[in-house]
Amino acid sequence: MSSKGFDAAALSDIVKAHDALPGRLIQILHDVQARFGHVPEDAARQLANELNISRADVHGVVSFYHDFRTEPTGKHIVRICQAEACQAMGSRALTEHARGALGVDLDGTADDVTLLPVYCLGNCACAPAVMIGERTYGRVTSERFDELIGGLEDGLRGDD
Amino acid sequence: MTRTKVYVPRETSAVSVGADDVAIAIARQSKQRGTDIQLVRNGSWGASWLEPLVEVEVDNKRIAYGNVAAADVGNLFDAGFLEGGEHASRLGPIDEIPYLIGQDRWTFFRCGLIEPLSIDGYRATSGFAALERGFEIGAQAVIDAVKESGLRGRGGAGFPTGIKWQTVADTDADQKYVACNADEGDSGTFSDRMLMEGDPFCLLEGMALAGFATGASKGYIYLRSEYPLTHRILTKAIDTARDAGWLGNDIQGSGFDFDIEIHLGAGSYVCGEETAMLESLEGKKGLVRSKPPLPAISGLFGRPTVVNNVVTLASVPNVVRLGGEMYANFGMDRSKGTLAFQLAGNVKRGGLVEKGFGITVRELIEDFGGGTATGRPVKAVQVGGPLGAYLPETQLDTPLDYEAFAAIGAMIGHGGIVVFDDTANMAQQARFSMEFCAIESCGKCTPCRIGSTRGVEVIDRLIAGENREENYDLLMELCDTMEGASLCAMGGMTPYPVRSVLKYFAEDFAPRGG
Repeated sequence: MSSKGFDAAALSDIVKAHDALPGRLIQILHDVQARFGHVPEDAARQLANELNISRADVHGVVSFYHDFRTEPTGKHIVRICQAEACQAMGSRALTEHARGALGVDLDGTADDVTLLPVYCLGNCACAPAVMIGERTYGRVTSERFDELIGGLEDGLRGDD
Repeated sequence: MTRTKVYVPRETSAVSVGADDVAIAIARQSKQRGTDIQLVRNGSWGASWLEPLVEVEVDNKRIAYGNVAAADVGNLFDAGFLEGGEHASRLGPIDEIPYLIGQDRWTFFRCGLIEPLSIDGYRATSGFAALERGFEIGAQAVIDAVKESGLRGRGGAGFPTGIKWQTVADTDADQKYVACNADEGDSGTFSDRMLMEGDPFCLLEGMALAGFATGASKGYIYLRSEYPLTHRILTKAIDTARDAGWLGNDIQGSGFDFDIEIHLGAGSYVCGEETAMLESLEGKKGLVRSKPPLPAISGLFGRPTVVNNVVTLASVPNVVRLGGEMYANFGMDRSKGTLAFQLAGNVKRGGLVEKGFGITVRELIEDFGGGTATGRPVKAVQVGGPLGAYLPETQLDTPLDYEAFAAIGAMIGHGGIVVFDDTANMAQQARFSMEFCAIESCGKCTPCRIGSTRGVEVIDRLIAGENREENYDLLMELCDTMEGASLCAMGGMTPYPVRSVLKYFAEDFAPRGG
């Protein structure tokens, strides 16, 4: 998901779609991130105003949950499962491979790809598991990983 | 001529290994060859190691083909698979596959069988019959059936469901809630997901029964964000059920109002703890609450709340429809009924196995699982997710029973069974347990927040061979503090896997002499 410029009116529309309910903050933040790619500082300030909660409340929620990011990410988000079932099927080696192939550490971004850890994708009988965008892949070998990343690059060229 | 039905699962695991591509290839081949097929996207039967598992209906028999790749599809058509023709991937009739016929399918009986989003298909397999029966027999009789069944919470804690429901029913309030915990974060578990993807109406019916029994009119499903396909399927199921009058006001003219909303989690493991989940449902940080008060008395927004796991709620419709006694016939001692075990990690035949309690770990991983995927000896088996103990080979004959597991310092949890072969370094696994706790701790209580970080450091020193005896004692003491003084199971049970490694796999730490 590429980062798009912050748009105060679009944010207000998201808040309205959730009836400006503070209890919907997490759902609102998901929508904010889908729209802007991350949760910009300006959005956090405006959310506090429109939901009538403190900026600390918004910041607390944004920083508590792993899903929410305050910095822009690459166009593609690649998550590699780091939890036990995938460990038992070689996820540590797969992660090493991915770091080398992409030239980034976990939580890093290079060439429009952000590599993130994730703790269980619920695909534990088809381990190791990887998620790219909103798609989960199973039984991912190093070769399969390279194919998937190659597919993204083809897609990038296709977009351009 | 009737159209030949071809089933290709639309379920996360199947799709993760190519089921969508297979479905597209089948549709394309069929069009090219002018065959008349009806492509059905069913749920998964749970035989994940066979995915993508394609079935063709021939003379009212469903013939299965396993591990089908999109590239095989032309070949399958050549082999006459629409008539059940021979092929290397042909497994025979689905209802003769040993992995499936050896199970006690109670809660998952529709998974794989039906088209998940077809309300007609659901009705044709006794769907909503339990809710109709509930309306006839009344709220207390529903609770009594659940009590009689002996059903205990399948999320991990194993609390008797009927007693929880009775507490909510007996507490007066202007508003009550049903909060379904679909934050299935334990590694090695996917039964909630499979149920929601394969039989979503069953969960909705179970929630409606919980609402009817306790006087709650509003339900929430707290769904983890790592399940986007599940989210799409559930959203559609809720809309479909509402349109058909099975959710909303005055359900089927009964006078009972009940509606359901999905809340997405945001990647926090601790939000699977019930009170952290309630905080998160209120839009806040997932900080664990002190208990009491129990959520059944003061839960979501301070109101009485039924908090149950997906599989618990989905087990209820059959209990109400067929009677609690029938369910209680499965299982052993105080662990009544069935559990959807999940075979995962390094196992040859990974997937979901619903069985009555009492089966041993060895029977599951050998008879169903077929041993390790790598063909190497089993070294350790982690049961119950990241807070569950690692069992050595000598404990594999332990029957899966809540009390039998508690007796060996282990837990069944949500039924996830993760197999490791002899290449696993258990010291690294112990380290990961502490590291995971440090990453996921909500931070409210000190033993969990600080103890987990100190735990990683002490384990690193042990691995490096520094002052082994002192560091061993320190780690054991830290485990005692975390277990005794943490607010919830996150800090309180992280010591389980750590201690089990120290006890049974001590050789994986560096040799003595530091």
